[in-house]
Amino acid sequence: MSILVIAEHHDGQLADATAHVVAAAQQIQQAGGGDIELLVIGDGVQAVAESAAGLDGVSKVRVADNAVYAHQLAEPTAELIASLAEEYSHVLAAASTTGKNVLPRVAALKDVSQLSDVIAVAGADTFKRPIYAGNAIATVRSGDALKVVTVRATAFDAVGEGPSATIEAVDTVVENTLSSFVSEELATGDRPELGSAKVVISGGRGMGNGENFKLLEGIADKLGAAIGASRAAVDAGFVPNDMQVGQTGKIVAPDLYIAVGISGAIQHLAGMKDSKVIVAINKDDEAPIFQVADYGLVADLFEALPELESKL
Amino acid sequence: MKVLVAVKRVIDYNVKVRVKADNTDVDLTNVKMAMNPFCEIAVEEAVRLKERGVASEIVAVTVGPKAAQEQLRTALALGADRAIHIETDDKVESAVAAKLLAKVVEEEQPGLTLLGKQAIDTDNNQTGQMLAALTGQPQGTFASEIQVEDDKLRVTREIDGGLQTLELSLPAVVTTDLRLNEPRYAKLPDIMKAKKKTIDTKSPSDLGVETSANVELLKVETPAEREGGVKVSSVDELVDKLKNEAKVIS
Repeated sequence: MSILVIAEHHDGQLADATAHVVAAAQQIQQAGGGDIELLVIGDGVQAVAESAAGLDGVSKVRVADNAVYAHQLAEPTAELIASLAEEYSHVLAAASTTGKNVLPRVAALKDVSQLSDVIAVAGADTFKRPIYAGNAIATVRSGDALKVVTVRATAFDAVGEGPSATIEAVDTVVENTLSSFVSEELATGDRPELGSAKVVISGGRGMGNGENFKLLEGIADKLGAAIGASRAAVDAGFVPNDMQVGQTGKIVAPDLYIAVGISGAIQHLAGMKDSKVIVAINKDDEAPIFQVADYGLVADLFEALPELESKL
Repeated sequence: MKVLVAVKRVIDYNVKVRVKADNTDVDLTNVKMAMNPFCEIAVEEAVRLKERGVASEIVAVTVGPKAAQEQLRTALALGADRAIHIETDDKVESAVAAKLLAKVVEEEQPGLTLLGKQAIDTDNNQTGQMLAALTGQPQGTFASEIQVEDDKLRVTREIDGGLQTLELSLPAVVTTDLRLNEPRYAKLPDIMKAKKKTIDTKSPSDLGVETSANVELLKVETPAEREGGVKVSSVDELVDKLKNEAKVIS
């Protein structure tokens, strides 16, 4: 039976996370799974479907394009996916806020369990996932006929371009009287998206205030980096919560992660400890962050950051 | 309006867990347990709704072993009116917890059910969504603000990229994010008073729900340790190492 991947998209564009989830689907395919199909759900998403059709390994793209699916509200979206699920052995989505919102609802509608935030495929029904804030890795096997799985995008390398897959419309319309969209407040910026950036520089409570986060901007510009924050910095009101890296925020795994004024609490480490190279800049040489950092600099960040910016 | 709050007993968030030597699970013997932090936020929100005159009664519910009554007592001390304990020693996965809670929702008919967005032990982030599906109710997940207006609920959700506000019809299920509120501490007199409040105990079989698992836990391992790195003495040395040793910048 085929594997269904729910495409992740924002603002009419296919999100990078989708290519990572397809990579996870390919591993399931190699372990004995069927064809990989993508499902694009939304309002005005033809362009998304066309980008999705170009992903390597995808045999078919199905598109449910209707005003009822605008903003991918959980109620109609989950019901749509559940209505199609009979044809598939697996339903996969990125462990983004959208995937986490919708997929458990799908699983319950189909009376199956769900595996969340999977980081490795050990077989068509066996997966690895972190538990206890990443302090333990569980290997779990699903006994359900339908496997509903969210995938940690950063744990899989994105698939490249492939031959264009066929695009087919899904006409099912699920009326929704339970919920409606009111408004959205999105952080704007021209920096790379935190979840997929190659370089991330994050500030913590040690930044002192929101104004001082500007010290990170020049460095971020020179490195093409996204700017993140620890939960302490978010809770202190320095920066908005969508910048938060950690167990309760975003999970990142860039090539280079620079932690500035971050002590390294368990909850923060859960969000970044799979980064390739970790740099810590902290004036407290006992800070736990130094235990995971490849390169640690014990220094006052207010002196070190301008110097770093000038030397890059 | 009656508010139902689901709470979970988990390892205290400050404890560094250890994996058992035989790799069957993490070792929870003699480990400090507490109410899951996201559940504390759910209880606090229910209490605030009552203080604002929106909630008339708060019912706390948990699924777990006998010891989980401690967490129900905590919820009662914080302001819940009564509690329901679905007692089981089985490890209950989210899908089963959602089925048990759906039975309680059916019996109690709350206008609003509050849960934490995830438990810090399994990190599943599933139960609220599953409960909403099973009861046919709308869901407001990862809530950082909620307002009840007549028969509607306005919920602001934390999403990738910012915030989103939805309007849900009541009854509804809401899961809490960290920034929804700051939970209060229980005062000693309230802890004493909580001892007089009632806890109804039920078993999964009373509710007609099988607790057998669909997901089998095969192995639990310690994640690969990161090699301890080096300390550099200056910004110059750091830039040099990043360029020439790690080769992550050019």
